[in-house]
Amino acid sequence: MGNVSSADAFVEFERVQKSYDGETLVVKDLNLSMPKGEFLTMLGPSGSGKTTCLMMLAGFETATHGEIRLDGREINNIPPHKRGIGMVFQNYALFPHMTVAENLAFPLEVRKISKTDREAKVKRALNMVQMDDFGARRPAQLSGGQQQRVALARALVFDPTLVLMDEPLGALDKQLREHMQYEIKHLHENLGITVVYVTHDQSEALTMSDRVAVFNDGVIQQLAPPDDLYERPHNSFVAQFIGENNKLPGTVKGRSGDIIHVEFNDGEHCQALAVQAVSEGEPTLISIRPERVSVGRDDLTNSTDARVLELIYLGDHIRCRMDVHGNDQFIVKLPNGAAKVPLSVGELTKVGWAAEDARALDPL
Amino acid sequence: MALPKHASPLEKIWHYTYLVICTLVFIFLIAPILVVIPLSFNAEPYFTFTEKMLTLDPEGYSTRWYDLLLTFGMQNPGAPRDGMWWSDAWANAAWIKAAKNSAIIGFFATILATVLGTLAALGLSRPEMPYRRTIMAILISPMIVPIIIVATGMFFFYSDVGLANSYTGVILAHATLGIPFVIITVTATLVGFDHSLTRAAANLGASPTTTFFRIIMPLILPGVISGALFAFVTSFDEVVVVLFVADFDQQTIPRQMWNGIREQISPAILSVATILVIFSIGLLTTVEVLRRRSERLRGLTPG
Repeated sequence: MGNVSSADAFVEFERVQKSYDGETLVVKDLNLSMPKGEFLTMLGPSGSGKTTCLMMLAGFETATHGEIRLDGREINNIPPHKRGIGMVFQNYALFPHMTVAENLAFPLEVRKISKTDREAKVKRALNMVQMDDFGARRPAQLSGGQQQRVALARALVFDPTLVLMDEPLGALDKQLREHMQYEIKHLHENLGITVVYVTHDQSEALTMSDRVAVFNDGVIQQLAPPDDLYERPHNSFVAQFIGENNKLPGTVKGRSGDIIHVEFNDGEHCQALAVQAVSEGEPTLISIRPERVSVGRDDLTNSTDARVLELIYLGDHIRCRMDVHGNDQFIVKLPNGAAKVPLSVGELTKVGWAAEDARALDPL
Repeated sequence: MALPKHASPLEKIWHYTYLVICTLVFIFLIAPILVVIPLSFNAEPYFTFTEKMLTLDPEGYSTRWYDLLLTFGMQNPGAPRDGMWWSDAWANAAWIKAAKNSAIIGFFATILATVLGTLAALGLSRPEMPYRRTIMAILISPMIVPIIIVATGMFFFYSDVGLANSYTGVILAHATLGIPFVIITVTATLVGFDHSLTRAAANLGASPTTTFFRIIMPLILPGVISGALFAFVTSFDEVVVVLFVADFDQQTIPRQMWNGIREQISPAILSVATILVIFSIGLLTTVEVLRRRSERLRGLTPG
């Protein structure tokens, strides 16, 4: 899982639990350590505990159990204003009665930094987010994207080593969001800061992060770099949450090395890579990425009949919904290139995939 | 509100009836206040419009009742109006004494009510506050309980602890009456308050005290000012509690008017009323203008 040893961990959660009502755990036994300079994203559906984890790190929530360490020091009992962690809030939380420059100067003022240093730092921070000319404006006079930049500059202006971001791009339109993703990524690289980023948008997580922690039900389901997460999901939840995924339920019939033999509910058979379900007779869920399915070939290990149900033209590719092994939501992506396979709705064709691309996971 | 072209006859009738009702309500509310103003310039010692006043004869009008406000209670009202006369009026005129008392009591009662009411509202707006509704109801109760009951209760309680017949007693009593107004206006402002701002301030390194004075206070200031204004006006025209709790030394303007009505009924109280109406309008306008200006400066409302 690429876990970092305790010695060079910068942020560490050790056996952390959180319960608001004393009965149900919102965060169950969280263990996480990240090195200095990493960009780590906490990804998960709402209510999965990711924001609670961030709030515990910022100091706005207290952990019911366990220890949170920053740079080797336990911070459970340090109030938020003494932690020195920068944070970008979901709604930006800019002070409406102050100008942009005053907003940025606020963390420097409370740190009793001299006026000349303050002005220089504010200027540099505004320049960093390309907002040089907006110092005299008030937040209400800025667009959403500009407010976002100011919030980012304010979280960075006092040179924190750790910056937390709580779905900072959620309120922006798609184009601006993508642009800001790259900008935040570049700031992270240039400044060498450590970032903990919370989002429910998987493409955002994949684009920006060094590692992604997928949360569900108060537990980290998988902590891995983006490519690992997409190509080698550990369980059905991760496979389903990250990217598109075809699910075929079946039963394990036999095993040879890493490859298992699976029988589907319609009696057909398939070879798959054993990830979770291993023993014979157990139910399993085969997960195949849509782009790993080949159409019109019957020379692959796993090859079966498929009926085309729907074709959706999406420009760069064609989305094809098929009926495979009784699953009528089986999606295949056909690249819209010179070699595109002409298909028509209702047609019977062959689909196939390599045994390594069919991952046998836990049944849902 | 213009009438649309497609209005049916019934709608038209209702439209004009509605305008008439609105006008009547308006007259009902404002006429008793406005009628006092010309009457206060009556040359005769009556509460009626005389023949001369109705014919707009200048002889029917005078400022003698305004003059009486200064001379009443003076040691030597007939003396030539020089510096001595004015200092006599300042020191001895009953209405000026009353005005001074009202101002002192109103000022301190407002400060006390504003500080306590704002703190109460801040506490009551926190989600973790237990028994919020009950405590709110108790704090608002001086506004709901009949004033005579409050006054009687205060009289007996303050007599026991030695606060009756003192400035402190009247100030405390008026502060009690003003607190509910401050709580209500500040609570209303806090409803729209974004609590992530306090989190942001803490995250940026501000201690809770700094956060309060630099972030929370400036943002709820409009509500605090409105509440303070209400508290001041409550104290300024309160008579029942003053009758019970205050001594002869703590005569306020309403108390002096009360005395005036009982002892020698004269249009002098009409001139006081006129001055008070003008004063109130001036106070309200000033505070409202200041409040809007600060709201605009703080960027709370666009433009």
